[in-house]
Amino acid sequence: MDWQFLNETFVSLVAAIPLTIELAVTSICLGAILALLLALARLSGVAALDWFARLYVFIFRGTPLLVQIFLIYYGLGQFPAVRHSVFWPFLRDPYWCAVLALTLNTAAYASEIIRGGLLSVPHGQIEAARACGMHRFLMFRRIVLPLAIRQALPAYGNEMISMVKATSLASIITLMEVTGVAAKIISETYRAIEVFVVSGAIYLALNFLLTRLIQFAEYRLSPHLRAPVPGSRESSTMATPAGEHR
Amino acid sequence: MSQPGFFELAGFGADGWGHALLAGAWMTILVAIAGYAVGACIGTLGAWAKIAGNGFARAAADAYTTVLRGIPDLLVIYLFYFGGSAVVTAVGRLFGAEGFLGFPGFLAGSLAVGVTSGAQFTEVLRGGFKAVHPGEIEAAIACGMPRWLRLRRIVAPLTLRHALPGLGNVWQVVLKESALVSITGVAELLRQAQVGAGSTGLPFDFYLMAGAIYLMISTVSSLVLQQAERRLSRGLGRRG
Repeated sequence: MDWQFLNETFVSLVAAIPLTIELAVTSICLGAILALLLALARLSGVAALDWFARLYVFIFRGTPLLVQIFLIYYGLGQFPAVRHSVFWPFLRDPYWCAVLALTLNTAAYASEIIRGGLLSVPHGQIEAARACGMHRFLMFRRIVLPLAIRQALPAYGNEMISMVKATSLASIITLMEVTGVAAKIISETYRAIEVFVVSGAIYLALNFLLTRLIQFAEYRLSPHLRAPVPGSRESSTMATPAGEHR
Repeated sequence: MSQPGFFELAGFGADGWGHALLAGAWMTILVAIAGYAVGACIGTLGAWAKIAGNGFARAAADAYTTVLRGIPDLLVIYLFYFGGSAVVTAVGRLFGAEGFLGFPGFLAGSLAVGVTSGAQFTEVLRGGFKAVHPGEIEAAIACGMPRWLRLRRIVAPLTLRHALPGLGNVWQVVLKESALVSITGVAELLRQAQVGAGSTGLPFDFYLMAGAIYLMISTVSSLVLQQAERRLSRGLGRRG
């Protein structure tokens, strides 16, 4: 084992971690907003919105992410109208192209997950909220969305992990995130296995942290599934309603 | 000079890239099939190790699925492409060959796709096996079936029936992953589109065509999978 080489590789790969995280976080957050809108469009009952969302999901799930990245990064520049528009400073920058492609891509997958979550909210809970006199928006914010998130979180966690992995494709349009740096070191030294081990360990660590965060969120969002702690105030005040046992 | 229109480019005429793209699409399907086959072999072994293996086999399978599901596919492709070349060069030097020897891109690509999809295969097959009713296996034992016959007649068909939707997902993933193989220079669909984009200066048209062809392939394969699911769940009263 060449520890010195491993060490040098590690140091240069660690420097690239912030960019990987930035890409993942930005596109997951933007993607979640877009996904919620798409899921609402699917469930809106308006035929045009419904079909638009279906078509969107079909296209973005049916084509490789790399094709989407190329289409945005290389493809859009083909049109003079785009090159002269206000968006050009963003669209000529590989970072924003990668974020845009990752966002559009994750939104398609996430919208189906969120739709499943929204559909899983028990009808009785919505009725109860209505009976309490909640308005549509308040009910959505207080009842429907939290319950939907709780239901969708395990699947959404998988999607977040695949987004962390998907950021690696940004290296193909010259961004120097972890995979980009790894590829550069490999092509300079031809020591693929060592570099692979180090960069793989970094991705594993990132995804491990992410799964712990998701588990924590799941724990916080499901107090009704926890065994009540004897004598604690919370368990006596938040007694589970009879209908909520699973 | 007048630029050819989108449909001229996509067609089979003098300016058309239809043949090149079609050849690329065929190569994409070949890479995907090869990767899927490698993945199926690894996945079968992995699922067996997780279900019936000893402590060591189980730990190895666990480590394999954890690692391969947690790291980007692109890294695995780099590993096989560059790592394979390094190995081939070293072996070549043993036999007196001079200089750098490249690892065939097709082989590297399909091995990489196979190794990554193998992790998904393992989990899908394991899930499928878990859904098999223990009574069915017990009945087979009670009939006195030996191990292999039991596997062939009872366990494998029932596992496949439960695993089929998951296997369909894996196929779709493999199909899209095969686009990454373009970085090894294999003339598959995306690579051909890159060549076309470079030589005509019309990247948008070519990547749009590539995307449309991927959509077609995945749509056709999902129709085939639906049909297969319907066939395999005959007698279950389930409607696919």
